[in-house]
Amino acid sequence: MVRTYALLAATWMRAAAQYPASLVMLTAGSFAANALDIAAIWIIFRHTGTLGGFTLAEVMFLYGTGGVSFALADMLFGNVDKLSRHIRAGSFDTMLIRPASPFVQMAVDRFTPQRFGRPAQAVVVLWLALAELHVPWSRAWMIPVMILCGTVIFTAVFTLGGALQFLLTDAPEVANAFTYGGSTLTQYPLSVYGAELVRAVTYIVPLAFVNWQPGLYVLGHEDPFGLPHWLRYAAPVAALTLAGAAALAWRAGVRRYRSTGS
Amino acid sequence: MPIFRNPPRIAPAAAPREVVFQLYLRVARYGFRKHAAYRAAAVAGAFTNTVFGILRAYVLIALWEARPGLAGYDVAQAVTFCFLTQAFIGPMQVFGGGIELAERVRSGDAAIDLVRPASLQLWSLADDLGRAAYLFLMRSVPPTLAGAALFGIVVPPSPAAWGLVAVSVVLGIVVSFGVRYLLALSACWILDDRGLQQVALVLMMFFSGMVVPLRIIPGWLGALAEALPWAAMVQVPADVYLGATDVPRALAFQAAWAVALLALGALLTRAARRKVVIQGG
Repeated sequence: MVRTYALLAATWMRAAAQYPASLVMLTAGSFAANALDIAAIWIIFRHTGTLGGFTLAEVMFLYGTGGVSFALADMLFGNVDKLSRHIRAGSFDTMLIRPASPFVQMAVDRFTPQRFGRPAQAVVVLWLALAELHVPWSRAWMIPVMILCGTVIFTAVFTLGGALQFLLTDAPEVANAFTYGGSTLTQYPLSVYGAELVRAVTYIVPLAFVNWQPGLYVLGHEDPFGLPHWLRYAAPVAALTLAGAAALAWRAGVRRYRSTGS
Repeated sequence: MPIFRNPPRIAPAAAPREVVFQLYLRVARYGFRKHAAYRAAAVAGAFTNTVFGILRAYVLIALWEARPGLAGYDVAQAVTFCFLTQAFIGPMQVFGGGIELAERVRSGDAAIDLVRPASLQLWSLADDLGRAAYLFLMRSVPPTLAGAALFGIVVPPSPAAWGLVAVSVVLGIVVSFGVRYLLALSACWILDDRGLQQVALVLMMFFSGMVVPLRIIPGWLGALAEALPWAAMVQVPADVYLGATDVPRALAFQAAWAVALLALGALLTRAARRKVVIQGG
C-alpha cells in the first residue's frame, strides 16, 4: 500500500512539474494562505500579552503542533474529502476496478509538490515556538508522539468526512466544518472556547487530543477546565479509536456505494 | 488559434432603455435560479460558515475581554463582526470564483459571449447579482441568526439604518464582482491562472477583514488595508451595519472603488475583444 502510494505520488508530481512556473506560484501561495492564520495570531498578540491564559510562544507551540499534524494528514490523505466530485463524475468507479486500494488512489489523486506548502509553514512556526520555550527533554518526548497521534486523528476526520459523502454527495462542504473547522479549533488554546465545546471535542470528536491535552503536558500547564490528569497521556488511545471508527465508516460507504451511472 | 483578430464592430441596435434593463433583469433571475439548483451545497456552506463563526467568535471574545473597547468595538460588536464576516463569504464570494467567464475563455465559449450584442461585463454583473441574491438568502441569513441565538448580536437601530446596510452590501458585492471579473478576464492573457487565483485569495482573505478586523492591524499596514478595495467587501459593510463608522463616507468609499473597478473592467473587456485567443474548439 505504501509502495502504491509512493509510486502514484511520484507520477502525479512528474505531471505537475510540467508547469514549473505555476507550480512555484501555487506552492508559495499555499504557504502564504496558511501564514494568514499565524498573522492573525501575531496581530492579536500585538494587543494583548496572553490569550486564554497562554503566551504568544505557547499559542505558537499549539498552532505549530496542531498545524503540522493537520498539514501532514491533509498532504497525505486530505484528498479523500473530494470523494463526491469523483462519485458525480463517475471516476470513483474507475478506481474501484483498478487493482489498488480505492482509499490510496483517492488520497494520492493529483498529488502535487504544492501539498508541501502547508506542512512547511507549520514546521517554521513550531520551530520558532520551541526556540522560545526551552521545553526540557523530560517533557519534550511527547512532541513527536502528539504530532503522530494528531496526524492519525486528522486523517481519521478526513476519512470520516469522505465517508459522509457517500451519503451527502451533493453537500460535500459539510465535511469542511469538521476538517478545516478542526484545524481552526486547534490553532488556539481550547481555554478560549466554552466549556461545553471543550467537553464535546474531548469526549465525542477527540480533537482535544491533537495538541491540547498533550500540549498541556509539554507546556507544564494546569488544565483550566480541571479535567482528569491522565487525559494528557490518552492521545494514542483517542487516535486509534477514531481511526478504527473512520475505517469502519469508509468500508461501510464503499460497500453501500451505488454508481451514479455517469 | 486566433479567430477574432479584428472582430467586426457590432453596432448594437439602439434598443429602448427599458428593454435593455429587462434583459439584465432576466439574466440576474437566471443567475439566481442557476444557483438555486444547488440547494444542498448552499445549506452545507451555511452550516460550515456557522461553525467557523462560532469558533472565531470565541477567539474574538477572548481578545475583547482582555482588551475591552479595542478598535472602538465592544464585545457584542466584535461578536457581531465575526458572524457578519461569515455571512459575507457567500454573496461576496470571498474564496474567489463565482464567474464562469474564466472557464468559458478556456473552453472557447467566450468567443460567443464577446460577439453578443450585449455588454459582456454587464451581462456577467447581472448574473453575479443573481448569484449573490440567492447566496445571501441561503448563506448569509442562517449564520447571522445562529450567531444571534448563541451569542446575541447587535442590530441596526432603525429601518433607515437597515436601508443603508442594504446599499452597503450591494456595493460590496459590486466591488467583489469588479475584482473577480478582472481576475476572470486575466485568463485571456495568462493561460494557467491558478497561481494568480491563489495570490488573489490570500489578498482577499487578509485585506477584506476576514482574518481579523482591519482596525486592529497595527501601523501602516492597517492604514493601507483600510484604503484598498478589499476593505469595501467585508470590513466596510460590517462597520455600516454596526454603525461604527461615518456612513456617508463609507458608502462613498465603496462606490468609488466600484466605479473604478468597473471602469477598469470595461477597458480590459475592450482589450480582450482584440486579444482573445480561443483555446481549441
